[in-house]
Amino acid sequence: MKKIFLYLFLSITGVMTLSPFIWMLSASFMADGHASVYPPRFFPDAFTMIQFQTLFTRLNALSNFGNSLALSLLVTFVSLIFNSMAGYAFAKFRFDGKEKLFSILLSSMIIPAQVTMLPLFLMLKQMGFINTYMAIVIPGLANIFGIFMIRQYTISIPDSLIESARIDGATDFQIYYKIILPLCTPILVTLAMFTFLGTWNDFLWPLIVLTDNSMYTLPVSLANLMGEHTKDPELMMAGSVVTIIPVVVVFLALQKYYIKGIMMGSVKE
Amino acid sequence: MKTNQTKALILFLGPALLAIFVFFFIPVVAAFVISFTDFDIYSLGNFANARFIGFNNYVQLFEDPLFWTALQNTFWFVILAGPLSVTVSLFAAILLNSKLIKYKGIFRLSYFMPVVTTLIAVAIVWRFIYHPRFGLLNYFLGFLHINPVDWLGDPVWAMPAIVLMSVWKNFGYNMIIFIAGLNNIPTDLYEAATIEGASWWQQFRNITLPMLVPTTIFISIITMIGYFQLFAEPYIMTQGGPLNKTLSIVQYMYQEGFRWWNMGYSAAIAFVLFFIIFIGTIIQTLIQKKLKHA
Repeated sequence: MKKIFLYLFLSITGVMTLSPFIWMLSASFMADGHASVYPPRFFPDAFTMIQFQTLFTRLNALSNFGNSLALSLLVTFVSLIFNSMAGYAFAKFRFDGKEKLFSILLSSMIIPAQVTMLPLFLMLKQMGFINTYMAIVIPGLANIFGIFMIRQYTISIPDSLIESARIDGATDFQIYYKIILPLCTPILVTLAMFTFLGTWNDFLWPLIVLTDNSMYTLPVSLANLMGEHTKDPELMMAGSVVTIIPVVVVFLALQKYYIKGIMMGSVKE
Repeated sequence: MKTNQTKALILFLGPALLAIFVFFFIPVVAAFVISFTDFDIYSLGNFANARFIGFNNYVQLFEDPLFWTALQNTFWFVILAGPLSVTVSLFAAILLNSKLIKYKGIFRLSYFMPVVTTLIAVAIVWRFIYHPRFGLLNYFLGFLHINPVDWLGDPVWAMPAIVLMSVWKNFGYNMIIFIAGLNNIPTDLYEAATIEGASWWQQFRNITLPMLVPTTIFISIITMIGYFQLFAEPYIMTQGGPLNKTLSIVQYMYQEGFRWWNMGYSAAIAFVLFFIIFIGTIIQTLIQKKLKHA
């Protein structure tokens, strides 16, 4: 009895949680005006791709999609290299002031990113990077959380492995490349996912530094579109579907790594 | 040997530290300096046009009614959404941790889905869900004989509407952390309590909750930090309206800085935000310390 009640409750709340997505998906396949009806429809009465067509032909969403994808992959790739090298160094190198430096980095995580945005904008403007990919990539080169995650993971790799490789004549770079990186694969996947999704979903920073529709990422373009199409839920839902699908696919494929990453990030002390 | 180590250190640590130093620490200091200047659109062309004006920006902020509105709205949002988020997450985690339940993965997945999806996209979806005539919310409330509400157009309901959407979007994240916290509680505590005949509620009250204190504080801190940075939800759903009732600190900072290019003023707003988050974190850390020793 208790069990049935529990299942019922979980199912109802589960469907409720998903209902915005269900409605979004169904409205995206409706013709103009079909989502603005009472009572709301959960399924299109006539299935049409017209909204997606408008999106990709007239509104040029493909270039926004391309920007989002290219930037997310670029930031993920570059930051993974920067963070993994630094994380490894913090875990295994011995040098004066290491703990102090690391704790300064950790405590600076409390500074909200918004504080840095104005000067960062001015810097990038001086460098001529406003409205280019560099404006997104440069602030994403390295991040403290990423370094922290790699460090936590790398610490558990036995020193003896590194020592014996060194005795065999391996250079530091070979140790990093041939031992540390392969052993770190799970955490690298987790971090790659965090970074990819974070960059894909980011809004405020791209809104500030990308100034032209051809450079916009999907979220910025979508927000911009919303201004002109407040009365077109079908079109806006199609835009939302296109924006959400890649992150959902990535998440479904690798959810185990993502969930583990959250749990790991939460056991700081 | 010594020089080799130094070389390796520079090679491995150098790039990341340099990037963080140049593109994070320097901007933080620069923002602090800018907040004491009258940096505006004229300074944008030539930085030399900016002059130091001492605490003027901060004094002006104190006298700016719109800033107080933004501050008030943001606090209202944090006070509503914060505890609600944490409670819903804890509740969901406890349900999903129940031994009676199979197929946990499916439920966990559906609760978690809003977390990974793009905030802008779901804010747009919710904007239509809140539509006074055609929206899903009013439709479902109609079954309970509740009259249609213009959620985003009503000065009283706009913020609660944003709160509801934010809780929906975020509770899955904290739920995962709570599940991890629950799994860390030694099972023999419960076994001993069961043997002594403690009820479910007694066990929850005397074992689960106290053991979850560190997790709860951690979650409260990250939730609070995130919620004080409220921006995209009102930007999409209300543009700060109606009657500035959903204007947030970050949106005000964005407008002043990047719409009107009052960068000195905007930097001061950013630092007030930082200060608030800093104080909030310290208070919660102190609470944790106190609870630990109690």
